[in-house]
Amino acid sequence: MWSHFSKSAPGTTSGGEAPYAHVLQPRQVDVSHGVILYLEEVAVSFDGFKALRGLSLSIDDGELRCIIGPNGAGKTTMMDCITGKTRPDSGSIFFGQGMDLTRMNEPEIASAGIGRKFQKPTVFEHHTVFDNLELARKQDKRVRRSLTSHQASEARDQVCETMKRIGLAGHADLAAGTLSHGQKQWLEIGMLLMQGPRLLLLDEPVAGMTDDETERTAELFLSLAGEHSLIVVEHDMAFVARIARTVTVLHEGCVLAEGSLDVVQNDQRVVEVYLGR
Amino acid sequence: MFSLTSGFFRGQIGLGKLVAAGLVLLLLVLFPLLHLATGPASLWHVSDYLITLLGKIMCYAIVAVAMDLIWGYAGILSLGHGLYFALGGYAFGMYLMRAIGPEGVYQSDLPDFMVFLDWKRLPWYWTGTDHLLWSGILVIGVPALLAGIFGYFAFRSRIKGVYFSIITQAMTYAFMLLFFRNETGFGGNNGFTDFKRILGYSITSPEMRIGLYVLSGLVLLLSLLLCRFLVASKFGKVLTAIRDAESRAMFLGYNPLWYKLTAWILSAVLCAIAGALYVPQVGIINPGEMSPANSIEIAIWVAVGGRGTLWGPVLGAFIVNLAKSYCTVAFPEYWLFILGFLFVAVTLFIPEGIPGLAKRLTLVSWRKR
Repeated sequence: MWSHFSKSAPGTTSGGEAPYAHVLQPRQVDVSHGVILYLEEVAVSFDGFKALRGLSLSIDDGELRCIIGPNGAGKTTMMDCITGKTRPDSGSIFFGQGMDLTRMNEPEIASAGIGRKFQKPTVFEHHTVFDNLELARKQDKRVRRSLTSHQASEARDQVCETMKRIGLAGHADLAAGTLSHGQKQWLEIGMLLMQGPRLLLLDEPVAGMTDDETERTAELFLSLAGEHSLIVVEHDMAFVARIARTVTVLHEGCVLAEGSLDVVQNDQRVVEVYLGR
Repeated sequence: MFSLTSGFFRGQIGLGKLVAAGLVLLLLVLFPLLHLATGPASLWHVSDYLITLLGKIMCYAIVAVAMDLIWGYAGILSLGHGLYFALGGYAFGMYLMRAIGPEGVYQSDLPDFMVFLDWKRLPWYWTGTDHLLWSGILVIGVPALLAGIFGYFAFRSRIKGVYFSIITQAMTYAFMLLFFRNETGFGGNNGFTDFKRILGYSITSPEMRIGLYVLSGLVLLLSLLLCRFLVASKFGKVLTAIRDAESRAMFLGYNPLWYKLTAWILSAVLCAIAGALYVPQVGIINPGEMSPANSIEIAIWVAVGGRGTLWGPVLGAFIVNLAKSYCTVAFPEYWLFILGFLFVAVTLFIPEGIPGLAKRLTLVSWRKR
């Protein structure tokens, strides 16, 4: 399952697709080259502070990529750029071969198949677990549909299946606000899964979880890879060691090192960045 | 219709359902019958004053429901809903002014204030206002258009919270200044008054009074049912989801702009219809209705009644306005203090409004047992 991973250096992808972006089907993700996400020379600055300075990265279809880096390295800004929350000043971001994410807004990018989990667990506290998942389900999300929609029975099955997967079976009618921190994290992951995304962005998914919950989350992520592509930003190195295949280290808005966890951890520059000079 | 009604009541306990049905019967059937059937001398007579007061408050209650839809369920606090109410009132007031015909003080076909300004012909925007139907279209269309344009840009720019509230407040204030000007063509600071008739029937006749009263009650009931249906639907769930975690909803693929805008326009239209029903009952509309204080008062009704319950704000509108009509007669100089105190007290002690208070009281009595 992992055999098709290419461990090529970032930034080697050709940028020739851009002029033809509009020709391709807007809702189809073209992964014919085995790559699901390209970031090329992405730069973002806020009031003169350069959050990203020429970040290049590519993620293969079905890959589980861990991204680490000290505070302020640009991890969250990178996610903001991919999901349409922040527009890059320059550079390009492509989903598959043809979908230019820098020209789409958040709901469009979400519908195209990119799910995002926030650092702080964000669920709809006043809705039940069931409704949280049902609202997330891949469906027509326009106003007109919402006024006439009736719950399909396959929706019910899908929600129940997801609840089992995230360990919340039997909690369907509980208000999401009453769940524990770890359960909320899982519920949010479950909501991402309901979207049927091709790519999942997970910002510190195990923050505040117990060891037991962390272990179960690791198992869940490993089972998701292959079927989905995952980008996991995490500070918890034990967790990274548990799930990581390829690790990318960000520092001051660009890629400092990339490779297996062992390689990265022994990289002199990485050690310097983490320990200080 | 029947299934809608049962859906409306399903969410409440048996007692609440009974009380609601009783109140509807009392207000919409018994009071009008007593008013028409008994003379002023009778012990059972329901006075003109009471009918007009209750009719007026039912219009306010429609506004409270509209406000709750946007504030309670979408989390958007408008401090300018009085604007839409007044615009609806003005749009219908145009018809009422035209229906006076040559019976005004100056015996001209033009409304009196235009004669006074020495205008020779009607401004273009008064065209067709002598038709009830066109005026009805204006009642709905103008506020919907304004709310649509304003809401589109405000929600697209993701203006939220207190900034949004301040802008709505500023807008109603700006419109008040605009309508105060004689050149605007809406009667300046006197507004419209001296109405004579609707569709040829005298506006002061008991039948007309009861007709408008019952119509207001029915519209209130329909607004409640409509909003109940909306908040229980998928649409309502998405709306509260956006209220509670907008970015989460957005990253799930819902575009908050269209959801907020739909609720916002609907809310504005309900206010406008309430305004149109209000004007013939009180017999006057002037720019004072657009004053910021009026819009703030709307928010107070909803806060007192309890946000996000729909029936609570109706109760809030009745309680605050009944208190107002009593206090402004008994001790007029203290009313604003009472209102301010009420708002502070509700915010501090019972943020959930009357339903929250009721819940707390039952908990206390339950514990004592």
